[in-house]
Amino acid sequence: MAFGRAPLIATLLGDTGGQILLALLITAAVLVPVLNLAVPPASAFHVPTYVVSLTGKYLCFAMLALSLDLVWGFCGILSLGHGAFFALGGYAMGMHLMREIGDRGVYGNAELPDFMVFLNWKELPWYWHGFDNFAFALLMVMLVPGLLAFVFGWLAFRSRVTGVYLSIITQAMTFALMLAFFRNDMGFGGNNGMTDFKDVLGFNLQAPATRSALFALTGLLLAAAYVVCRGIVGSRLGRVLLAVRDAESRTRFLGYRVEHYKLFVFTVSGVLAGIAGALYVPQVGIINPSEFSPATSIEVVVWAAVGGRGTLYGAVLGGILVNFGKSYFTGALPEAWLYVLGFLFIAVTLFLPKGIVGLIPGLIHRRRTALRKKQAAASPLAVARPHTGEVR
Amino acid sequence: MNALQNKPEQTDTILYIDGVTVDFDGFRALNALSFYVLAGELRAIIGPNGAGKTTMMDVVTGKTRPSSGMVYFNGTVDLTRLDEARIANLGIGRKFQKPTVFENQSVFENLELALSGKRGVFESLLFRLNGEQRDRVDEILETIALTAQRHDRAGSLSHGQKQWLEIGMLLMQDPDLLLIDEPVAGMTDAETAQTRQLLTSIAGKRSVVVVEHDMEFVRELDCRVTVLHEGSVLAEGVMAAVQNDERVIEVYLGRGD
Amino acid sequence: MRSPVIAAIAALLTLVLVLPASLRAETAEELLAALAADGFNEKIAAVERIAASGDDRLVPALDALLAGDLYVRKDDNVPVIGKAQGSTVVLRDALSGSEIGQAPAAELEKIRINNRLRGIARGAIGGLTLFSADPAKRRTAAKAVFAAPQEGLYEVLQRAIERETDADIRSQLEMALAADRLALAAEPAERVAAVAMLAKFATPDIRNLLGSVAQKDADPAVRTAAVDALVDIEKRLALWASVGAVFQGISLGSVLLLAAVGLAITFGVMGVINMAHGELVMLGAYTTFVVQEVFRTRFPGAFDHSLTVAVPLAFLVSGLFGIAIERGIIRHLYGRPLETLLATWGISLILQQMVRSIFGPTNREVGAPSWMSGAFEIAGGLVLTYNRIVIVIFSLAVLAAIAIVMRKTAFGLRMRAVTQNRQMAASMGIRTGRIDALTFGLGSGIAGVAGVALSQIDNVSPNLGQSYIIDSFLVVVFGGVGNLWGTLLGALSLGIVNKFLEPYAGAVLGKIFVLIAVILFIQKRPRGLFALKGRAVEV
Repeated sequence: MAFGRAPLIATLLGDTGGQILLALLITAAVLVPVLNLAVPPASAFHVPTYVVSLTGKYLCFAMLALSLDLVWGFCGILSLGHGAFFALGGYAMGMHLMREIGDRGVYGNAELPDFMVFLNWKELPWYWHGFDNFAFALLMVMLVPGLLAFVFGWLAFRSRVTGVYLSIITQAMTFALMLAFFRNDMGFGGNNGMTDFKDVLGFNLQAPATRSALFALTGLLLAAAYVVCRGIVGSRLGRVLLAVRDAESRTRFLGYRVEHYKLFVFTVSGVLAGIAGALYVPQVGIINPSEFSPATSIEVVVWAAVGGRGTLYGAVLGGILVNFGKSYFTGALPEAWLYVLGFLFIAVTLFLPKGIVGLIPGLIHRRRTALRKKQAAASPLAVARPHTGEVR
Repeated sequence: MNALQNKPEQTDTILYIDGVTVDFDGFRALNALSFYVLAGELRAIIGPNGAGKTTMMDVVTGKTRPSSGMVYFNGTVDLTRLDEARIANLGIGRKFQKPTVFENQSVFENLELALSGKRGVFESLLFRLNGEQRDRVDEILETIALTAQRHDRAGSLSHGQKQWLEIGMLLMQDPDLLLIDEPVAGMTDAETAQTRQLLTSIAGKRSVVVVEHDMEFVRELDCRVTVLHEGSVLAEGVMAAVQNDERVIEVYLGRGD
Repeated sequence: MRSPVIAAIAALLTLVLVLPASLRAETAEELLAALAADGFNEKIAAVERIAASGDDRLVPALDALLAGDLYVRKDDNVPVIGKAQGSTVVLRDALSGSEIGQAPAAELEKIRINNRLRGIARGAIGGLTLFSADPAKRRTAAKAVFAAPQEGLYEVLQRAIERETDADIRSQLEMALAADRLALAAEPAERVAAVAMLAKFATPDIRNLLGSVAQKDADPAVRTAAVDALVDIEKRLALWASVGAVFQGISLGSVLLLAAVGLAITFGVMGVINMAHGELVMLGAYTTFVVQEVFRTRFPGAFDHSLTVAVPLAFLVSGLFGIAIERGIIRHLYGRPLETLLATWGISLILQQMVRSIFGPTNREVGAPSWMSGAFEIAGGLVLTYNRIVIVIFSLAVLAAIAIVMRKTAFGLRMRAVTQNRQMAASMGIRTGRIDALTFGLGSGIAGVAGVALSQIDNVSPNLGQSYIIDSFLVVVFGGVGNLWGTLLGALSLGIVNKFLEPYAGAVLGKIFVLIAVILFIQKRPRGLFALKGRAVEV
């Protein structure tokens, strides 16, 4: 995206939380692979491969939370179906990885994935063609979720479905997709989804080096996604989005085509979620229809809310923290996890509407002063200030 | 039809409403409403609750589609076919009954968002404020007396200041026609007087239609008054004449205010 | 020996009916003994005489014959029923069924049968059971004859029809008779008459039968008659299938209605998005389970009344939970619907886990009272189960009750006052907080009542609520928020459309289509089927 160079940099300069986040992400992207590959396993500084993959998974979830925060925190679109975009990106990547298995599957069929052989399919369905090509798969990773977001958004925003109505139909959307992907005859592996991937671009997926590379890639792409989102919300477009969130009809009567703005940001968000899903699949090694379940999607909302909606970095933080907590609890106290998650939902809405980052007043203070200074100098910039006031 | 016979030269008419009817589930909000506003005119619209004042504004600004009738802007554009954004960009600004500003953004940002110009998604993404535009914002800040509050969050303004900010945003749009719904509700006497001056100064260059309940305010605006009742025009003329109209006294003034 | 008079009448009757074989009625013992004959032709003649006798005491012997369990005792040449156990055989009397000791296998000889005999024996069993005292047996027998017409049953069937008192079995018998004629009558005219007779009944079986007649019958007149009858039957069957789909749709719709009608209050009237609504339904179902457990252990005799107790109790349990949720959480979130949505989702997770901790994750068994079990069959193979019918009626009753509460009671008046203009209502002295809590409690209580009904047709598990929540919201949104009629129509139309799509698309795909249709519909009418227009809704 061609942002004016100066505004983007200035926007980032005014974003303390974002600077910390970007620094951390880039450090992790470099350090974790080094600690995994170069430091001997005996060392206390060694990072085991499973931790690399687990953390990589958290970063994918963080990216999903980031994409949700872009539409929810800044435009008031509470999507309860963002898991659908994530899953579609994941399926697109999964289809490529399935094709890469080639004849190394259980049935040794070079042309058909195992589950198709099992179902007695004779040939590859038309929509599977092209997925053996990595570049094509990458294109689909972005195109399919983006297209769904675009078509769905076009229908919904054009007829001005807003608020909880929109939330409910996004939920219905992902529910319908879940039912569809559960069907064997859809050709996406039905109930079991896709798994048993061997390698990506010829690199063994089980190898620590591949894992580390995927982790580094995820970290860097998350950083890039953050910069894209920050650039969007820091531009005038971002302030139009805030305006839509806070007073939609006022924005309309100022002459803005609200539906175009919503559609743009919803589509960008869908593409980001799709990329997150595509990064998730090779690291986790499986994609199945449960990613489409409405409960999964609504959990994403709580990640963003726990971290602090409308801040972008808060969503990233929430995505990592909540999933870390989930791993911990489902391991240590499996019974307790749903209680914890349930209380999280209630607690953040009742007591912590600004999330965890709202607890750090220093962040807000410093950004305020930066903003003041710039505006005093009549700078063209306006940093989105979602800390102030409630998200409705 | 009366309005047709009285139709003046097209160039003089900024807003021309003819036979507009709006039904809400059996309730007729507007009933063959017809009137027109001249270019540069200041016009007050009064009428009891439910007379159709806000619905009339909804129709003009594209929020509500009339079941019949037509609405022409500048004599050529049929507004009933356009949506809100399009109508706003044609040069019609609207202030809501309840002051509506972007509470989470600063006064400056509010005005800047209203700045006339391209409204496309990608134009917004790449937008940078130039010096000329900044001067324009400063000028309006001066006009609405909010220069000192330029960096304040709009949500922290007083009720009256929000009303002004909203009028300021309308001015930033550089419209030919302003529709202003109850501009002085909740204002102190001093603020009311300032608002009156502001509106009077705007008129002339632009056309202003003011819907207001405050009779004293309307009298002091000293302009043509249109009285709506049950969705159509009951009377029209200068305040003094309207006030003496028996039908008006019966349905509206007679009830006391 | 029977008296000569009766014997004479019987003989006369046999003559009139052109019965084969002897001119005198044989006793059951004699008929049984005849089965011990050596040749297959003799045995066939014996079975045919048994069939003609109409004596259903001989059915067990024929069953045993078919199963290969009928033996002849070598010493007295009497057929007996035997079950081989090693080298010995446990014997039972072929007529009375009582045990008569054991015998070594060497002393017995199995009565051998061939396919022709087998077929005739089956027909004979069909014919004999036509006179059973048990209506269920007669019905089964009539269906068996219909499915496999046998030589020599024509007269038996006629007698059975004359004697039959049950109208439904009588029509089954008439169908069997017609099928018999169609298969066996030599005269084409008689077969045409049989086709006409069958055409009166429209069932899938008759369609299949006539289908084969239309192709295979030797006589063109019969074939034409069968084709004509088929067209007619197809039409009626299609009609019945539609009626069936409508009923199933209404049944599904009434379930949706029950699940959604509480939402119509909390979401429709109060504007509160309660994602825990499904869990309140689930609580109602578990209340039913607990009530039934108590009845099972304490008052097993009164089990049929368990639902009568469960309904008010479930209303109370879910209602109180609802009030607690409203006072504890939702009250702090009025005017922030998206936050309410999230917080109540949290509640739903907690309630699910709570129930899972207490009752375990597996399905719990909830029984049906006797008055709800069973079904009756209307024409065309259409079966209505009583529990579905009860639920349809129950859901309408619940809806009516809510309508009355909202329109006719002081509470309903206050409720509407508060939702329409809170400040005004407060200034009139209405305690708005209390009304909020009670309104939410009412909606939640109805969810609990829905749970009682759902426990009768669905698995009672911690996930019960989840499976209904999305559908319920769609119903309310589709029907138009704040409108009970909309909820009713929304539920019924979604149910019926779903069931009409199922035969073409399958259950899952049908549901997907419905979801997509509702999503598209909401685009067209964002405020539902019965949207309120005007300024009031724009707030």
